[in-house]
Amino acid sequence: MLEGLLGSLRQVGAMTLEIAEGIGAVLVFLVLTLRHSATSFRRFSLTIREMFYSGVMSLIIILVSGLFVGMVLGLQGYETLQTYGSAESVGTLVALSLTRELGPVVSALLFASRAGSAITAEIGLMKATEQLSAMEMMAINPIARVIGPRFWGGFLAMPLLSAMFTAMGVLGGYVIAVIVIGVDSGAFWSQMQGAVDVMHDVVNSMIKSAVFGLAVSAIATYQGYAAAPTAEGVSGATTRTVVSSSLAILALDLVLTAIMFKG
Amino acid sequence: MAAPAAVEISHLHFRYGDRDVLRDINMRIPQGSIVAIMGQSGCGKTTLLRLIGGQLRPSQGELRVDGEDMCAIDEAALYRLRRRMGMLFQFGALFTDMTVFDNVAFQMREHTALAESLIRDLTLLKLQAVGLRGACDRMPGELSGGMARRAALARAIALDPRLMMYDEPFTGLDPISMGVIARLIRDLNQALGTTSIIVTHDVQESMRLVDYVFFVSAGVIVAQGTPDEIRASGLPYVHQFVWGEMDGPVPFHYPAPPIGALIGAAPATLPGAAAHA
Repeated sequence: MLEGLLGSLRQVGAMTLEIAEGIGAVLVFLVLTLRHSATSFRRFSLTIREMFYSGVMSLIIILVSGLFVGMVLGLQGYETLQTYGSAESVGTLVALSLTRELGPVVSALLFASRAGSAITAEIGLMKATEQLSAMEMMAINPIARVIGPRFWGGFLAMPLLSAMFTAMGVLGGYVIAVIVIGVDSGAFWSQMQGAVDVMHDVVNSMIKSAVFGLAVSAIATYQGYAAAPTAEGVSGATTRTVVSSSLAILALDLVLTAIMFKG
Repeated sequence: MAAPAAVEISHLHFRYGDRDVLRDINMRIPQGSIVAIMGQSGCGKTTLLRLIGGQLRPSQGELRVDGEDMCAIDEAALYRLRRRMGMLFQFGALFTDMTVFDNVAFQMREHTALAESLIRDLTLLKLQAVGLRGACDRMPGELSGGMARRAALARAIALDPRLMMYDEPFTGLDPISMGVIARLIRDLNQALGTTSIIVTHDVQESMRLVDYVFFVSAGVIVAQGTPDEIRASGLPYVHQFVWGEMDGPVPFHYPAPPIGALIGAAPATLPGAAAHA
């Protein structure tokens, strides 16, 4: 009985240490990336290129998802609010839900699956095919030349994607609430305008998505760089990127929400 | 071997975890020479090359490349030294998101302030030297194994290195591509006076090419000499390796308990029994 309990405790301890070690490794790698970030800004075209691959190439999934999420919010919001006789507030509900939570969180989860996994796979394959070693042997630091631009590209793209997700969501809510159901258009927009605060809601939303972008980009680049140089190594690293990023986004969201919206 | 040394190694040990990968390695590679490091797969040849290139640090001993102490070198000095080095990787390691032209021009764009028109001319000259000027707009995925190796060679010599390292340059190539790569290595050595280190287990092709051979087995240099000395060597390991004999000091069978006891048959009746005997 006691042995079993001790065994379970040991397992929990080992798992905790493993998680702490993983977080520590990502943080050390993040510091290393930041230290070698001069190239990403001196030659900003490299970062722009990665913003294109991470951001523009993720636009379709972000915009379509944003539209559907907004439509669902419009439907659900109307159903609930009309029972209290305040169906005109559906615009407020859609906008606040998207700006404060769904916009940053869902777009970050989609970004981790679409762009984060692609970044990990690309870096992992570059490692497996010795392209990173070749770069090192050419006296070019792969952290500065390969990792830095991908990290910053992802970091800068994330808030923009989140903003577009939110905008499309509001549009989706408008389509359902105003065009399909028939809520008054003026009430929809004016209530939204009155309820959404730029600093409290929009800026905080941008801060959240920037933090998520930093976490996803750091995890994705680290997993690619640390991947075992084999097919299994790269596929495992890609999976770890999606799982770790998703958990990090949800955990960070709780912390940030508690800080930003506690009052 | 009176020329100054491009690479000097003395009493080098390299440990990976608690495993000794290389033990008491002593080598002197004169400038301008072509040297082969031979041995079976996994004997530590590529590790030795990575130590010379500064990608790994020795656990013990001395290693000097172009006069630089590789045990004490800092990152900035290592990167300066690497600008005088070139390395051809086993499968080329071309950047797959760039054309052949951009691969070859890569180092010039990264390390020099040359005008793009001059970089273009120099890149075309390098590609001409390896016979791939006509393939400059192709992506690496569109090249055959031999062409990819030649493109990678053009990239490695982009800045006219003083020391060239070749990691298994002949692996997986057809005889024509193999001959082309061998000729390019020799021409490069003669035209630029480059010191060349070739890690290989392709005995016949490299013996025709090199000035000196080091044989590595289980992390130790077991023999060294000119190609003629190596061919005439009476050492069982070298003899087995050079003449490709199936059994010898390197056994055919990976260590295992006798198979007869496992499957209940007399060992003499089993396939491979002669080699095992």
